[in-house]
Amino acid sequence: MSEITSKTANETPAARSKGARPVQLGVIGTFLARQGILVAFALFMIGFTIANERFLDPDNIMGVIRSSAILGVMALGVTFVVISGNLDLSVGSMMSFATIVVLDLHDKLGPALAIPSMYAMVLCLGAFIGFLVGYLRLNSLIVTLGMLSAIHGLTLTYSGGKNMDIADKEGTWFDVFGQSAVLGIPVPILLFALLASGLGIMLAKTPFGRKVYAVGGNGTAATFSGIRRARVVFTCYLISAFCVATAGLIQASRSLGSQNTVGQGLELEVLAAVILGGASLMGGAGTIFKTVIGVLILGFIQNGLLLVGLQFYAQYVVTWIIIILAVWLDIAAKRGKLWSPIA
Amino acid sequence: MSEQTPALRLENITKTFPGVKALDDVSFSVLPGEVHALMGENGAGKSTLMKVLGGLHQPDDGQIIVGEQPVRMASPLDAKSKGIVFIHQELSLADELTVAENIYLGELPRKRFGLVDWRRLYAQTNEILKRLNVSFDARALVGDLSIANQQMVEIARALTVDAKAVIFDEPTASLTDAEKVVLFDVISDLKSSGVGIIYISHRMEEIFKITDRISVLRDGAYRGTLETSKTNDEDITQLMIGRTLDLSRNLAHHDVGDVVLKVDNLSCGHLYENVSFEVRHGEVVGFYGLVGAGRTAIAETLFGLREPTAGRIYLDGQPTRIHSPADAIRRGISLVPEDRKAQGLVLGMNCRDNMTLPQVDDLKAGPFVAEGAEIAIFDQYRDRLDIRTPGWRQSVGNLSGGNQQKIVIGKWLSMHPNVLIVDEPTRGIDVGSKSEIHNLIRDLAGLGYAVIVISSEMPEVLHVSDRIVAMFSGKIMRTFTSEEVTEDNLIQAISGLSADKVA
Ligand SMILES: Nc1ncnc2c1ncn2[C@@H]1O[C@H](COP(=O)(O)OP(=O)(O)OP(=O)(O)O)[C@@H](O)[C@H]1O
Ligand SMILES: [Mg+2]
Repeated sequence: MSEITSKTANETPAARSKGARPVQLGVIGTFLARQGILVAFALFMIGFTIANERFLDPDNIMGVIRSSAILGVMALGVTFVVISGNLDLSVGSMMSFATIVVLDLHDKLGPALAIPSMYAMVLCLGAFIGFLVGYLRLNSLIVTLGMLSAIHGLTLTYSGGKNMDIADKEGTWFDVFGQSAVLGIPVPILLFALLASGLGIMLAKTPFGRKVYAVGGNGTAATFSGIRRARVVFTCYLISAFCVATAGLIQASRSLGSQNTVGQGLELEVLAAVILGGASLMGGAGTIFKTVIGVLILGFIQNGLLLVGLQFYAQYVVTWIIIILAVWLDIAAKRGKLWSPIA
Repeated sequence: MSEQTPALRLENITKTFPGVKALDDVSFSVLPGEVHALMGENGAGKSTLMKVLGGLHQPDDGQIIVGEQPVRMASPLDAKSKGIVFIHQELSLADELTVAENIYLGELPRKRFGLVDWRRLYAQTNEILKRLNVSFDARALVGDLSIANQQMVEIARALTVDAKAVIFDEPTASLTDAEKVVLFDVISDLKSSGVGIIYISHRMEEIFKITDRISVLRDGAYRGTLETSKTNDEDITQLMIGRTLDLSRNLAHHDVGDVVLKVDNLSCGHLYENVSFEVRHGEVVGFYGLVGAGRTAIAETLFGLREPTAGRIYLDGQPTRIHSPADAIRRGISLVPEDRKAQGLVLGMNCRDNMTLPQVDDLKAGPFVAEGAEIAIFDQYRDRLDIRTPGWRQSVGNLSGGNQQKIVIGKWLSMHPNVLIVDEPTRGIDVGSKSEIHNLIRDLAGLGYAVIVISSEMPEVLHVSDRIVAMFSGKIMRTFTSEEVTEDNLIQAISGLSADKVA
């Protein structure tokens, strides 16, 4: 606050009016800003294609979608949480937990029992977070940031810090979720598509979906409309946990063995995809379809950068730049101005 | 008058939003030391015109002239630096900041090293607050104040700068009579120091009391300017809506039936104490009192938003506990809340979805929301309440203030409640629609609904109610029937002067 005011107070009115002159966007500018992400995406794609002809190879494209599936599935759930006006930063470590647990139980109980048990455990975690944020009204940032490390600790305790591997990798059917294909389409992509359509319809078409928007858009007005806010928030975290469990299942099935840290850092990528898709961190706005677009954009850009020969670690920086760009264009489109300093 | 240089001139202003031509070639000027009313129906473009003037919107066409100089208002702060002060229809204060910080936001007084001079800030603020005769202090958090007091904070902002023109956009919509008196004093002070004042209001009696000239907008177009002293209600309405209204029309009165809602010795902490009353089928009960008299708190209790600390509520003779709004809705209680922006609407959501929000669980086709049924409901209430919007897809946040209020009313009427509670139902609504809503309230009573009307507008309470409950500082002072009530005894009752409680 003091920064904002110190600036304006020291300026003379003349300087102020000059300095405050906003850059207006014309019709084309507004269109570009509104579709900014897609435009940037198209430019990237063209650039990558010129730089490396393998980029548009169907195998490469399929590969990108497939490797985006895990991130994508998680992003679907987080979309609900974000639209309801909250955050979920625990999804990365929760995904590690799901992967480790299902791999461990695979050998102890067999895959048929391991899978539902894992889902049950992850849903319990989701319910716990949902309880804290929804019913106790604790700040979701604090709760899920805490859960990020708490669940990491839980995973390490569970595994004793060791990597988890399936003993008999040849003789199990557990690899169907990560490695097989139906009609030529890899199962991870199918699961992603299936969940995306199901949850997309749920969000767009059902009373529950409507309530998610209302709660995130104006919680007080939602309460005054007889919506049980706590229940809606709680359910959003359950949905998020369900998606995380599915992501863990795909991950475990794909590798049949895993480190404790397999999901580390994913929470930010997931959030990036959701925001790239245009969901508002303030709540109340966003759609599943847009999140899917956000996921694909992130996936293709990271893949393109790799093909162009950019170091893997540089991706973190580039991803960050893309997010900033997205958020900026988003705000610029809403204001109709590219630049408008505070006050 | 015409030889005087206007304090402010707007020339040929045009402004379009997607799907709406909000302003169409509007010209308009204000003289120094003049109170100039801007009138028009809900959605006529008054607020938009003022936002253009205040630097919040850029016009598509036209220019603004302050004194002799054509100027461009790049931003609200820019407008302020050119001497234009804007007191908004929708409150725009920071809840988490103190009154003083809000008033001087962006221009806090400084000491060395750019540190805020808090002592001076609070002293200056308290001086202004004293002029406004308010009960709160410069250090109070704005979020803790009532809407009326927040409005006073907005008004206080106007007194901090050397203004050439001050715009009041429906400043009295949430003020009590006492606060209005203070406001009008402030306005006459400003006026005598040569400031030009633009005053937007839907209340005729205020217009005639304080303004010098009246300009009228209709559907975004300028319709003409009248001298207040040479005109009357009918001429203004004629200009505003193209026809005259028969406001003297008597409202239908109905036979009342059994008691629907009975409240027995209800208390809620210090908000209200030992409140007892009943509402029958087909009856409209008005609650009148000063802000803080406890009327809204009672409504919130009945709607499950507050737990009473003592006493009972009976619905259809059965003792009832109402735990939540969802619970209240299930029992057939609706509440049109007093603050449409904070409590009534999800501003980013479209008109249709806002209107059907409380019943979205009941409007189902299979597992999905029956959107056709929703649109039908929306259309029905749009026609009935004359809601001006390009369509149901429009975000409610883009509607004019009065049209937003109509969405809230439609939202709760469409629930067909047994008990309808409306808290300041016509806040910000134009004269035509207001009488329409009053008729609607009477009609609903005719259909057997029990209606509670909370209002700070005495004419409204007197007009629609069968009985009037007068409250003062958390207590019911007296209950009047429509035959025995007069303006005088009502004022007496709500000011706490008469102790004769009628059970
Ligand atoms: N940001 C916006 N986007 C789209 N339409 C808008 C926007 N702001 C205003 N409008 C439209 O412009 C028209 C004029 O609105 P405005 O708020 O100026 O009306 P008003 O005269 O102030 O009405 P009221 O008496 O209800 O306050 C309305 O039809 C409104 O829906
Ligand atoms: Mg307005």
